[in-house]
Amino acid sequence: MDTLVAQLQRQFRDYTISLYHQGFLDDQFTELKKLQDECSPDFVAEVVSLFFEDCEKLIGNMARALDQTGNVDFSLVGSSVHQLKGSSSSVGAKRVKGLCVTFKECCDSQSFEGCVRCLQQVDIEYKSLKAKLQDLFNLEQQIVQAGGRIPQVDI
Amino acid sequence: MASDGGVSCLRRSEMMSVGIGGIDSPPLDVDEVHVLAVDDSLVDRIVIERLLRITSCKVTAVDSGWRALEFLGIDNEKASAELDRLKVDLIITDYCMPGMTGYELLKKIKESSSFRQVPVVIMSSENVITRIDRCLEEGAEDFLLKPVKLADVKRLRNYLARDVKHSNGNKRKLPKDSPPLTLSPDSSDSSPPPSTLSPDSSDSSSPPLSPVEIFSSPLLSPLDDEVDDVLTSSPESTPSLVRRQKMRSPGLD
Repeated sequence: MDTLVAQLQRQFRDYTISLYHQGFLDDQFTELKKLQDECSPDFVAEVVSLFFEDCEKLIGNMARALDQTGNVDFSLVGSSVHQLKGSSSSVGAKRVKGLCVTFKECCDSQSFEGCVRCLQQVDIEYKSLKAKLQDLFNLEQQIVQAGGRIPQVDI
Repeated sequence: MASDGGVSCLRRSEMMSVGIGGIDSPPLDVDEVHVLAVDDSLVDRIVIERLLRITSCKVTAVDSGWRALEFLGIDNEKASAELDRLKVDLIITDYCMPGMTGYELLKKIKESSSFRQVPVVIMSSENVITRIDRCLEEGAEDFLLKPVKLADVKRLRNYLARDVKHSNGNKRKLPKDSPPLTLSPDSSDSSPPPSTLSPDSSDSSSPPLSPVEIFSSPLLSPLDDEVDDVLTSSPESTPSLVRRQKMRSPGLD
């Protein structure tokens, strides 16, 4: 007989695995989970939350820079991309990081269309990840509220 | 030390008593390692701080080289009494930072009579051999590729623990009286062993620092595009450790 907790734990496990397999997360996310414990039970959620704020800020910077028609400062865009690449790498946001690599190349070659395209993709991607991680954290909460423990998922 | 007014408590869930420059903090526990972490990225600061704290280090995290110098008291003519309270056992800094790079910070630290003995570790997301060599030649103790992992920090922690009681068998642990781990065989850096806290330390009067003191800088200038010059790094200064570092993270771009 499948208890609610068991069901939720299974959902959590499956969802986590799918996020890795679909390339949304990489092993750095696993590293972050290692840093979470009873003293810092929300560490991962806090860090990714800061990361998403960072995304918003940096994407805003890039958009503004690209908006200077005819006078785009590609090095400025590039420096924001560099920062975004760094922080996405630090939290294990694999797809965002991958897009930043392409984005950086567009900045280096001063391709306006390329940059605009990359900016759109990065925007979509970080929001998508944000929604998925929110779902994941919600599942965790549900498990805890149902009296269960969050399972360790080996990828 | 100038009051910067830019001190921010970033995580409300974790109460930290943030003091400016740690002036009002109680003495540092002689058994605790104190690390100064320098990184302009907030996310990275949070992560490195957690990595260090989970390995039992006290951490002060700042967001720029200038803040680091200010914290250490290197950039001004502070009385040595004030320097005494700043017991720093390790400085870990990002390489790419606006304003002052980690390399420039490293140089300033090595030029300082008070802090040149403190091991400095450089972190970078980019695996550039000339960069690594340049830092090691300037006296950096180690070079970590980002993203930094728990294993990296544990390794650092181990070679800081000079207490002979620690018999964890870690190959990188320094015996008590050996010179610092210099990776370049022909390094001209003959600095004495890094200052670490030993049980016999008489430095019991230095004030401790809060678990994390985070200074935020109001200004973030665009990152200067860095040109990695082809430096005259001697052929033999490519130590095996660096090679291991290079091969460790195959996923790097």
